[in-house]
Amino acid sequence: MIGSLITENLTKVYSDHSGKKALDTINITIPIKGIFALIGRNGAGKTTLVRILATQLMPTSGFASVDGLDIVKDAKYLRNRIACVPQEARPIAWMTPKQTILSYLMWRGYGYGEAKVRAQEALARVGIDQVQDKLNRTLSGGTKRKVLVATALASEADIIFLDEPTTGLDPVSRRDLWNYLLALGKERFTILTTHYLEEAEQLATLIGILDRGKLIGIGSLEELRKMVRYQYSIRMQGDSDVLSSAVGEIARGRDGSVQLLTTEDEAIRLSHKLLELGSRFSMSPVTLDDVFFHVVNKEEMLQTI
Amino acid sequence: MTSRWINQVMAGILVNSVYEMKNYPIVLLNTVLSPLSFLILIVFVSRGSLLGVAILGGFIMSMFSNGIALQSDLSHLKNDFKLQDMVVSSPAPAVLYVTGMALSELIYSSPALLVLAVLGGLFVHLGVLRLLVFLSVLIIMFIISITIGFTLATISSDIVQSFAFSRLISTLFSTLPPVYYPITYIPEPYRIIAYLSPTTYAAQLAQSVAGYLTITNLTAELDWSILITVTVVLLIIATRKVRWREV
Repeated sequence: MIGSLITENLTKVYSDHSGKKALDTINITIPIKGIFALIGRNGAGKTTLVRILATQLMPTSGFASVDGLDIVKDAKYLRNRIACVPQEARPIAWMTPKQTILSYLMWRGYGYGEAKVRAQEALARVGIDQVQDKLNRTLSGGTKRKVLVATALASEADIIFLDEPTTGLDPVSRRDLWNYLLALGKERFTILTTHYLEEAEQLATLIGILDRGKLIGIGSLEELRKMVRYQYSIRMQGDSDVLSSAVGEIARGRDGSVQLLTTEDEAIRLSHKLLELGSRFSMSPVTLDDVFFHVVNKEEMLQTI
Repeated sequence: MTSRWINQVMAGILVNSVYEMKNYPIVLLNTVLSPLSFLILIVFVSRGSLLGVAILGGFIMSMFSNGIALQSDLSHLKNDFKLQDMVVSSPAPAVLYVTGMALSELIYSSPALLVLAVLGGLFVHLGVLRLLVFLSVLIIMFIISITIGFTLATISSDIVQSFAFSRLISTLFSTLPPVYYPITYIPEPYRIIAYLSPTTYAAQLAQSVAGYLTITNLTAELDWSILITVTVVLLIIATRKVRWREV
């Protein structure tokens, strides 16, 4: 039977933030399976939630458990099952990838010999065994992230927390890392935070949307799409009478772009019309970006598209 | 279970000393030079008359420097590499993490301790009993400095704050107190300031046990009492103030 991650009215107020709630009565019940992505803007509460669940930070109030283990009362037992790569974590500069993983495994209680074998296996799995004896400071940003992912992978932990694992990476390195994250998610429950919506769309089985400390949406991509009234999106540069007079929600960006969210039938009808007029446009089902902007703040969507 | 604990302690030793010394051998030179530089200076200025006292002082300072180094190392690893967060979310208990890191500082200072041990063997003559008393002083110094270091490391939020703490501790407890020379070299009215530092009591006991300073039994008992009290108080403060899981 698959266990659950449960939070009930989970709240965090930092003492140095004048009473502002970093997390505000978060309620989540999800199975610990696949990849759960937390998305949101900077300061939305993603890292706070991950740090609380990973037993690094005490909640102010509320309850949370992972597979029946209370994150406060059973932290000692939960820590046997989790591994976390924090936001902005870096492999230690004066160590090599192999030494990084080996020492981490020894902190988890492994003997030197077994840790060494597991470290080499993990590095091979993420395809960086050829640099296992190079100093971390000489590695590229993408390889450094792979070292950290391999560190979590090498452990016996069946619940992995990755806080913004791809932030700052170039698009190629990011997509490269996705393959390993997808593989990781197939064998262990992975909670990752990201502000790349495309990343959540590509990797996650379940997605939670956080905004200003509140959980404003949670579900699969399909379920989240249903939060938006219209399921199709047409985008084009410059205004068009065809879109202006259509059924749906229209948003205009500062750069002159226009987006219409509409029904499937209406989208097909409009696309024919636009084709006849020779207009350039794109049409697609609503993406996570559309859902995110829709549910986070419709007003801001109008300003930022 | 014991081997698991040993592995968890060993991890800290590997990360914070062995790998650093192995991958950056230049640090070996630095660890030797740092406590010996004061010793050399004092020996030259005193025309060799304070050689024995300065060697004992070198030992005390090496032990005390471990805490200062631990403070900046832990802060660096916690704030710049997020290592502490990774370890918190693992089965490693705080006490074994700190023990490993503390012992790593001993390993790190081992080149200096080795040089001092050779010098001590040549120029300072202690019987077995007196050597044990001297080692007890060093162990207390080590515990005091490590406790201060760990407490400050957990509350420092960035490297600038960490450096500020390091410089402050270093000046208050190592530069100002009479560790490399007898307290009698300090004019009477100013000695009270020196007695604000635990290193002064440690140096006084070490110099007395080696025969470089004559103190009464009452003074020796008072020195021990103060050192033990400071150690206990700092341990209590550390266990209460230390932040492993943040609030």
